[in-house]
Amino acid sequence: MSAATRGLPGSRPGVQAALLGAVVGLAGVSVPARAVSQDTIPIEQGVRVGITYTPGMRPGMLVLGGPHLELLDSARAILARDLEFSDRFEMITLPGGDSVILGVEGSSGEDGGETFVNYSLYAVLGAEFAVGVLPEVDTSVTVQLFDVRGENVRTSVRLPRGDPRDPEFRMLVHRAADEMVRGATGSAGYAASRLVFLSRKRVHVVDADGHGHMVVTPEDVEAFAADWGPGARQIAYSELADGWGRIVVQDLGSGDRRVIAPTRELLNISPKISPDGQTMVFARIGDTGSDIYSYNLSRDCCLQRLTVGRLSDNVSAAFSPDGRRIAFESTRAGLSQIYVMAADGTDQELLAPFDYGVTGSSHSPAWSPDGLSVAFHRTVDRTQQVFVMDVRTRTVRQLTSLGRNEDPTWAPDSRHLAFVSTRAASKQVWIIDIETGRVRQLTSIGGARIPEWSPRIAESNKP
Amino acid sequence: MRVSLPITLGMAAVIISAACGGGPPPPPPPPAIDSAAIRDSIQRARDAAERRRQDSIRAAEAERERLRRLEEERRLAEERRVTAEVMRMLERRVHYDFDRSNIRAGQDTQVLEQKLAILQANPNLRIQITGHCDERGTDEYNMALGNRRAISARRFLTDRGINESRITVRSRGEEEPLAMGSNEDAWAQNRRSEFSVTAGGNVLRRPGM
Repeated sequence: MSAATRGLPGSRPGVQAALLGAVVGLAGVSVPARAVSQDTIPIEQGVRVGITYTPGMRPGMLVLGGPHLELLDSARAILARDLEFSDRFEMITLPGGDSVILGVEGSSGEDGGETFVNYSLYAVLGAEFAVGVLPEVDTSVTVQLFDVRGENVRTSVRLPRGDPRDPEFRMLVHRAADEMVRGATGSAGYAASRLVFLSRKRVHVVDADGHGHMVVTPEDVEAFAADWGPGARQIAYSELADGWGRIVVQDLGSGDRRVIAPTRELLNISPKISPDGQTMVFARIGDTGSDIYSYNLSRDCCLQRLTVGRLSDNVSAAFSPDGRRIAFESTRAGLSQIYVMAADGTDQELLAPFDYGVTGSSHSPAWSPDGLSVAFHRTVDRTQQVFVMDVRTRTVRQLTSLGRNEDPTWAPDSRHLAFVSTRAASKQVWIIDIETGRVRQLTSIGGARIPEWSPRIAESNKP
Repeated sequence: MRVSLPITLGMAAVIISAACGGGPPPPPPPPAIDSAAIRDSIQRARDAAERRRQDSIRAAEAERERLRRLEEERRLAEERRVTAEVMRMLERRVHYDFDRSNIRAGQDTQVLEQKLAILQANPNLRIQITGHCDERGTDEYNMALGNRRAISARRFLTDRGINESRITVRSRGEEEPLAMGSNEDAWAQNRRSEFSVTAGGNVLRRPGM
C-alpha cells in the first residue's frame, strides 16, 4: 500500500468508512457534467464528424479540495475551469462543492511531507484522474495530477506563491493546467494562451478562459485585424487613416510601436507573422486588386510581392506551422476560394476543393498548429459556416450550422477553434471543440470580430 | 472853439428851410449793394444743388450696387443651388449584390451615367470613390471587396473617357455600415460605393448647361 493511499487526512477507520459511503451516495446524485452538442442542425453539404459526443468516452477528472487559502482556492478554481474547457474530461462535481473532504492535505511530499490521496474513493466517484493543489513549506504551491487507476502521481508542477489576482499568477496556473492535460492525455491543453480580437476599432486581448480582458491599442487609432508574434509578446495590426492602412508591430510589455516602413502608403491589412518571427505577410489593397506581400521583419527589408492579382483579390494569408507554406484566399477563379503557396510565392495551387458554380465562397484560412488541418469559413445557403479540411486527404467537413459563423482561428492544442458567431445575436467570439462539438462563448463585448489565437505562452510575458 | 459867423448862418438857414417843408424830399439813396453776400448766397445755392446732385449720384450708385449685389447674391444662390443639386447627384450611391462588385444594369448604371455627365461638365472636378460591404464575410476580404467595388465604379467612368487621374478609390470594407442591423435590408444598404469630391467642387455646373 502506497503512502498515498493510507486514508483520508486525519481520518479514523470508522469515520473514513462512513464518509466513503456518504460520498458514494453523493456521487450517485451528481452525474458528471456531460458535453452537449451545440451544433446539431442537419447539414446538406460536407461531412460532419465529431459533433455527436458519446458520454463516457472522456475520463473522469476530480479537482480535489484542500486547505482553504485564497491562493489555493483560486488556483483550484482556475484549474477546474481550464480542465473543463479542455473538453477532454468528464469533470466530477459534488453537491456542496469541496465541503466534503476528498482532497489531499499537507505538502506534496517532495519536501518530506506526507501526501494523503484516497485513490479508491476517487475511483468509486468515477474519476480516472485527480488534481490536487498543495501548499509547500517554502510558500510555493504544487499542482499534482494523480492517476487513480495507477495510484501514482503522473505530473507535478511547482508554482511560486503569488497574488491570485495577478494575471501572471493566473497564467502560471493555466500553464500548470495545460501540463495536467498533457499528463493525462499526452497532449497539452490551451489554457496558457490568449486571443486578440477587434471591437469598436480597437484591439482587445483576453485570456483563453475569458479573463484578463484588456484593450491594447491607443484610443485615437483605428486598428484593424491583429495577429500575434512568437511567444505572444507582440502583436501586429493595421492602423487605418484617410483610406490607407499602415502596419504596426506593438510590444505588449512596453507598448512600443514600430511602423513597418513599406506600409506607410496604400492600404495594407491582415499582417501575419511567421512562426519563427522572421517574416511578416500581409495583403496590400490597391488599384489593380489585392495581393499578398512578404517582408523580412528581422532584417527590416526585402518587401516581396507573392501574388499577382490582376484585378483579383488575394488576402487572408496564414502560415503553416513550419512557416514554409502559406494558405490564402483568392478570387482568381471567380468566387473566393482557399489556395496554398510556398512561402516565397511559388507553387500556388488550390487547397480546399470546391465545385465551380456550386460551392459558395470560402474565406479566412487558418492552419492548425499541428499542420494537419486548415479551417476556413464558407458561404452555405447565403450564410457562413466554419469548415475544417484535412490537409492530407483534402476532406472538408462542416463544423457549425447555428447562426452565422466566420473567421476561425486555432487554439494551440489544434483541437479547439475560436470563431465569430451571431448565434447569440451580436457578433461574439465563441470557442468550439472540434472533437465533441461543444461550444462556449468567450467574449461578451459588442461587435467582437477577427479573433486570432496566440501560440502557447511558455514564459512570463505580462502584457 | 471859434466858429465863423457865415458858416453859422448858413447852417441855420438850411435847418430852417428843412423844418418848414419847403419841397419833396429827395429820394433816399439806394442801399448799397453787398456783392459778397450775393456771391455767398449763390454759392450756397450752388453747393446745395451740387450736394443734391452728388446725393442723387450716390443714391443711384448705391442702388446700382444694391442691385448688383442682389444680382450677385441671386447668382451665387443659384450657383450654390446648382452646386448642391449637382453634389446631391454626385453623391448618389451605387449598390451591389452580395459578394459582387459588378455594376448592375438599370438604376445603378443611370446613377453612374449621371456622374459621368457631371465629370464631363466640370473638367476641374476630382472625386473619390469609397467601396463598402455588408457585415457578412471576412473583414479582410471585405476590405478587398470594397476596393473592387470602388474600382468597378471607376472603370465605368474611365471606360467612357474620364481621365483615371481624376478618380481615387478607397475601401472601408465593413467598417462604416450605413444601416445597423443584421438583415437583408441593412445589408443591401451597406453594399455600396460612395462618391465624394476631392478637388474642384466649390462651384459645379449642371450637365447640359
